Amino acid sequence: MILTSLELTPAAFEAGTGWAITPRGACNGERCVPLPDPGADRLDVAELASRIGMPLVHDAGHGLWALGPAAPEGRALLSAQAPELTLPDVEGRPFSLSSLRGRKVALVAWAPY
Amino acid sequence: MWQALRAELHPQGLEVVTVAMVAAPEHPSLVDAAHVMGELFGVVNIPSGIWIDERGVIVRPAEPAWAAGRWRTEMTAGIEEAPERLQRIIARALAEEIDPEGYVAALRDWVAKGDASAWALSPEEVVRRSTPRSPDGARAAAHFELAQHLHRAGDATAAVAHFREAHRLQPENWTYKRQAWSLNGPEGPLRRFWQGPLEGQDWPYDDEYAAAIEATPPGAYYPPVRR
Repeated sequence: MILTSLELTPAAFEAGTGWAITPRGACNGERCVPLPDPGADRLDVAELASRIGMPLVHDAGHGLWALGPAAPEGRALLSAQAPELTLPDVEGRPFSLSSLRGRKVALVAWAPY
Repeated sequence: MWQALRAELHPQGLEVVTVAMVAAPEHPSLVDAAHVMGELFGVVNIPSGIWIDERGVIVRPAEPAWAAGRWRTEMTAGIEEAPERLQRIIARALAEEIDPEGYVAALRDWVAKGDASAWALSPEEVVRRSTPRSPDGARAAAHFELAQHLHRAGDATAAVAHFREAHRLQPENWTYKRQAWSLNGPEGPLRRFWQGPLEGQDWPYDDEYAAAIEATPPGAYYPPVRR
């Protein structure tokens, strides 16, 4: 997730990272990390990143930060529950993977480079 | 290639979703400019397939995915007239254990049998077999995202520094490398495979496709798909 500020609303943090701020703390599926003030309406991203275990990389020259993924198990997947994926189709319309619940899906990544 | 398989298996409840392909007329075909497939699903090379069941549970994590037996002919069509560099790259890629017929048979088996298929993995096994992500690998994802962002914003020089850092932190990630290399390569149809300096060109990376793929141990470029 690219950031121009280290303060975010809980909704923006969830949209960018998949981690929801709940009364139980920061949660991704069943996995929750307790927070000192889970009701705060502005989040300190640096502190949150360190609690969850997300790398935060700063590019001072451009005033940007990038927040990388948490990998507590040392694996790309936190669980077998598929994360939500919303991407534009070739005509630019957003398509969400979750719209295919009820069907089996073969999700195939290719690249024209 | 995926179209025919989709036509066959769609009546039995399978949807095929391709991500980042140039065009595909019937099934959902998505464009992943920021490479979120890497961060979300651990895709580090293409082609990669992920199988997801009706409940949204992954039953096979990212692994090399092949649609049809035709692809080998297509990849090697006219190869003898291609520049020597491209012949080397394709020869090395094709030296991997690639079994499109086996892969498609496995997919058909899962579509027919669901969880009872020997190819459907348990949730624990799915996580265990998903791509390793060390703290450095997670940090590489952040640098790669910055690189992509800066490149799209028009600052190619600043992007190179972050691409280089992503490559250093996760050298086994081919999509990080190929994305960066392709941005500096020649325009035109060769671009997809060239991914290295042209004669006399300044090259901002320590590595390039032909040398890198030839230095890769057998089985590390396209790991074999196992039950």
